[in-house]
Amino acid sequence: MLRVKTGRHKGCDVTDAGDGDGGWPGALHRVLRDQGVRQMSYVPDAGHAALIDLFAADVDVTSNVLTTEEEGVAIAVGAWLGGMRSVLLVQSSGVGNCINMLSLPVITQTPFLMLVTMRGEWAEFNPWQMPMSRATEASLTAIGVTVMRAETPEDLIAVVDQAATMAFESDQQIAVLIGQRLLGAKKW
Amino acid sequence: MVSGMGDELDRRAAVAKLLAARDGALVVTGLGSPTYDVHACGDRDDNYYLWGAMGGAALTGLGLAQAQPDRRVMVITGDGEQLMALGSLATIGVARPRNLDIIVIDNQHFGETGMQGSHTGQGVDLAGVAASCDFAEARQIETLAEVDALCDALKSAATGPRLFVLKVKAGALPRSLAPRDAVFVKNRFRAHLGFAPG
Repeated sequence: MLRVKTGRHKGCDVTDAGDGDGGWPGALHRVLRDQGVRQMSYVPDAGHAALIDLFAADVDVTSNVLTTEEEGVAIAVGAWLGGMRSVLLVQSSGVGNCINMLSLPVITQTPFLMLVTMRGEWAEFNPWQMPMSRATEASLTAIGVTVMRAETPEDLIAVVDQAATMAFESDQQIAVLIGQRLLGAKKW
Repeated sequence: MVSGMGDELDRRAAVAKLLAARDGALVVTGLGSPTYDVHACGDRDDNYYLWGAMGGAALTGLGLAQAQPDRRVMVITGDGEQLMALGSLATIGVARPRNLDIIVIDNQHFGETGMQGSHTGQGVDLAGVAASCDFAEARQIETLAEVDALCDALKSAATGPRLFVLKVKAGALPRSLAPRDAVFVKNRFRAHLGFAPG
């Protein structure tokens, strides 16, 4: 049963998460908690909204709202130095902001896991999302981060579960890209 | 801020005082001169040196402070490094750790790259930014006597993050080269806290 936190990080409606359901965001939250994640940092994204709320309402997890995505890379490395497992939630447009900061987990071989919701690849309405969408995997690969993708909810849970094992047990830096087809086109 | 302030404060002497009074604090250093300043006071397992990742020092300190809530974390960085991450002060202000102190060694210049003037010598007040970001305490320090007082003040429990800008003399000092093997420094730091390599 999820304990719901009150205070400054109070989430919105998480009532469907207490019964072990909650759809793929609920399953993802459980998988990451089972993997020992106790810190989550994020730049808000509609695709991550439910997962952000689940973490924000989880009293055993420290959540950080960021002003820009690369902040979360450094926060995650600091957490690992102190013995805590962290996850970073961002949108594909924010990956470009992270590139130099990713040299930190790469050069230190620090376990690092980021979940990237993709824009600009499935029924995308906003052409401004296209350039960084195309550059997401290439730029992550170029800086030395291992990239994995998930296209279905079932896939997503399995991919994130094993990516967390590879990150935290094998000292890897991993980004899981969550396909826009899975998330659905942004509603306007 | 008037350019030329901090004409009397020597950065190495100031950092030496802060480290002598660290009292178990975990130290994270920003790349460049702050890393050299801290290393010049003695290489230690509980120092975490950055040689890159500009803009990441205070945030690395935040992650560490959240993971180790019973330990005090002291970030020692420079004005250029902190200017690159002005937004981090908003993030830290909202996260509101009670065990994170940020010391900005402010020589008002980008010292590693040719001593070009930085924003802090041209009107930008980092302590003012931190105060606006809801830090529990944020102020400027200009003399060694004030550093002594700060060392005493840091022993008191904080209600939130604190930031202190030390206005120091600009000038090239001998580099004191901390280990550049990033995996070694990480594993050594983690071992100090009782964690396995990784």
